[in-house]
Amino acid sequence: MKIAVLSGKGGTGKTTVAASLFSCLDRCQYIDCDVEEPNGAIFLKPDLPVSCPVNVPTPRIDPAKCNGCGSCRSVCRFNAITVIKGRALLFPELCHHCGACLIVCESEAISEKDREIGIIETNSSGTFMHGRLHIGEPVSIPVIRALKRRLQEDIPVVLDCPPGASCAVVRSIEGCDYCLLVAEPTPFGLHDLNIAVQLVRKMGIPFAVVVNKASDTDRSVQKFCRQNGIEIVLEIPFSKEIAQEYSRGILPVVANPEWKKKFMELYTHVERGIQT
Amino acid sequence: MKIGLTSTGKTLDSMMDQRFGRASYFILLDTDTSEFEALPNEASMTAGGSGTFAAQVIADKGVSAVITGNVGPNAMNVLKAADIGIYRGYPATINDNIEKYKRGRLERVDQAGPSHFGMSLKRNKK
Repeated sequence: MKIAVLSGKGGTGKTTVAASLFSCLDRCQYIDCDVEEPNGAIFLKPDLPVSCPVNVPTPRIDPAKCNGCGSCRSVCRFNAITVIKGRALLFPELCHHCGACLIVCESEAISEKDREIGIIETNSSGTFMHGRLHIGEPVSIPVIRALKRRLQEDIPVVLDCPPGASCAVVRSIEGCDYCLLVAEPTPFGLHDLNIAVQLVRKMGIPFAVVVNKASDTDRSVQKFCRQNGIEIVLEIPFSKEIAQEYSRGILPVVANPEWKKKFMELYTHVERGIQT
Repeated sequence: MKIGLTSTGKTLDSMMDQRFGRASYFILLDTDTSEFEALPNEASMTAGGSGTFAAQVIADKGVSAVITGNVGPNAMNVLKAADIGIYRGYPATINDNIEKYKRGRLERVDQAGPSHFGMSLKRNKK
């Protein structure tokens, strides 16, 4: 069973929810798909002895063979190749590794060479994994793909997704059985929750909402969920105590057995929701 | 000789566009005949790589000098490879910039400005 935790807006508490869920279960795998800023390790504090590179094929152009015809540049949707004075100029960081230039080149001047864009780090049993995209690299999908190739099918898996609702999130939640949407009751939080709801509905994945930093002063998320027939499975209050523990890297489930119980109930609830 | 200016509009009275890759128009001017052509910049709406795309267009048009606000590192590499001189224009009309260029009053740029500069500026309303 694969549960993805996403939010739309950043900073709503995806990692708090995902890491708490993972901490409550005896056998579970945690995958931090937020490869631009993985932070699950701050709370879960795993040993990460295993590290492997994530490579992408990047074109190389042999100037001796290139006749400057420009077909590679015409086919490149990302403007990663220009042809100036009969010579092809390559911009590797704009390349999305589609391989089209390789196919269209009639003089066989283009070959591919692996280029490292990030790494994957895991604990020895592979039950904790995160990816790190190297600084300056714009395309995170290959790192997320590499993480999901290591997904363990025989135990529950919690995927901590990147913020937003774009390709990186789509790739993270693809193939998951259930989505938990973490929302905070602010105008911005509500706006982005709405986008995330549209995404999971479009992808046909069952989902429910967790309200984080809930308070009586703003009930906009609750109202939105009621109007749209969306279930709220957990409310985490806006609490000084939780915020203080969080600032020390301590999850609510570790600090307080009451929260552990609530997260275990949340898991059982989700499990039942998937089976029915 | 042919020069290219980044412009917010199609005429010589238009204001210069401070962006290179995401400029609204390129004004291509023949300095000998004073004839010009306004070219809508197809690169302005690309998701990425607008700088390299725009520089390619400018190079293909046989331009010898570009007058603009900011050129990012990728576009700079393309323009340099094409031996196109880059001059920093003023936030004034295209005509003003042409005059200043002819009198040798524009500074030549060799260092690239910040990437994604045009993304932070508001698109001009047509």
